[in-house]
Amino acid sequence: MKQHIQTWLKQHAQAFFFSLGQYIKNPINNILTTVVIGISLAFPAGFYVFLNNIQIMSANWDKTIEINLFLDTTINEQQANDFANRILKRDDIAQTILIKKDAALAEYKKLSGFEDALNVLNENPFPNVILVRPVSKNINEAKTKKLIGDLEIMPEIDNLQYDNTWIKRLVHIIDIVKLVILILSTLLAIAVLLIIGNTIRLSIYNYRHEIEITKLFGGTDSFIQRPFLYTGVWYGVFGSTIAWFLIAVSIQILNEPIKNLSALYASNFNLTGLGITNTLRLFAIGILLGLFGSWVSVKRHLDAIEAN
Amino acid sequence: MIQFTNVFMTYPSGNKALQNINLNIDNGEMVYVSGRSGAGKSTLLKLINLIDRHTRGQIIVKGQNLERIKRNRVPIFRRNIGFIFQNHRLLNDRTIFDNVALPLVIAGNDHQEIKRRVHAALDKVDLLSKINSYPMELSGGEQQRIGVARAVVNRPAILLADEPTGNLDPTLSWEMMKLFEQFNQVGVTVLIASHELDMIKNMKKRIIILNKGQITNETDAPHGLTLN
Repeated sequence: MKQHIQTWLKQHAQAFFFSLGQYIKNPINNILTTVVIGISLAFPAGFYVFLNNIQIMSANWDKTIEINLFLDTTINEQQANDFANRILKRDDIAQTILIKKDAALAEYKKLSGFEDALNVLNENPFPNVILVRPVSKNINEAKTKKLIGDLEIMPEIDNLQYDNTWIKRLVHIIDIVKLVILILSTLLAIAVLLIIGNTIRLSIYNYRHEIEITKLFGGTDSFIQRPFLYTGVWYGVFGSTIAWFLIAVSIQILNEPIKNLSALYASNFNLTGLGITNTLRLFAIGILLGLFGSWVSVKRHLDAIEAN
Repeated sequence: MIQFTNVFMTYPSGNKALQNINLNIDNGEMVYVSGRSGAGKSTLLKLINLIDRHTRGQIIVKGQNLERIKRNRVPIFRRNIGFIFQNHRLLNDRTIFDNVALPLVIAGNDHQEIKRRVHAALDKVDLLSKINSYPMELSGGEQQRIGVARAVVNRPAILLADEPTGNLDPTLSWEMMKLFEQFNQVGVTVLIASHELDMIKNMKKRIIILNKGQITNETDAPHGLTLN
């Protein structure tokens, strides 16, 4: 039994190094194939990184929702100020900003160009407004709902607005984009399978003579298959490496402009790369595709070669 | 060692390659199969190492009924048999060492054992000096001897050769036959298909003559045999 396992391991090691040797012996063709596989893998992985970054970015936005409290018009500035300070004591409110109705009127006059029309009115139509920023740490939908519910029933408040519908829309758009990416990734995975399968098919054809001889001298199917399966694995490993480099380089190129852009929005957003877990995932997927592609090809084409 | 009982072989195309073959080759025998091309010599050999399957009758090789050997057991069965081809069929991109080592690598021997046996086999065919050469650097006769070394390196019980001297001149052919005799003398059962009747008569071994898929003549005293 021990002898059996040793032989098995030895033959695996032989196939492992033999297939690597064959890969190195024929560099131009293999590199071209590997680059195609690498690009095919880089697209889905790149989409994933893109999506991941959007999600990180929008997660921050989700937390910074603002609630506008339009106070009852009977409430004067002093009362509005007291009210703002009172609700600030709640532990789910981080900040309150009072926009006095005079200031609002002045700003509106300046920005709208309706100054003359507004001068005709003898009283200020604007209410006092308080901008409320909830505490962003540990926020979730239930907490936000409770805060809004509590505020709504306060008699000082005439009307309350919080606009996060666009964030909800963004979440839905991201869901759709995710699906599109999933479909594209599936298609590209199939492309990788076909590329590897076809490459292995050609390789089997090139080794036809050797396969026949090996069968005549008692080579089992698994013995003959092994180098081809390992070749598929090598394509997966090298293809994933290329994909990883393509993504790393792209992030390097994009990071600086995106930093500049986010600085304009007073944010210090940084692009997030693949990280260790996703790099391992990329390699696992590459290797599995390589193995599966070569396995299908070997099953289809190796049986057709009989000793004669 | 090899026993044919009422064996028929009809190819899917309808070609009746062998008809009602009865044959018994003992352990350690050296036997020639002769006949014109198309007489069924190659088919006979191919049935023994399961390249083709016979369609009727019974073949027993080394105590095994060939009908009972399932597809996945064929490789293990073939390791008992060394095969030599007319056109040597060496792998041109591998060294002589790698070519001869192939059956040992397939069987999963360790490196020391492979090295030792390849050296021994090449020494037997007198080509140890070519161990690091490539097949294309060798003459036709040398290539054929490498083919023999590859066939015997795994110490098979049976050696089959299909027109092994087909591409060689008479002197080299005779040397090749003498080489087979040496292996036979150490106990290997040898079966050689050859159409060169005049030469093999001189080997003074049993000769089986095939004609149109049937055994027409068989004798231990080959004088007076003719191909007709």
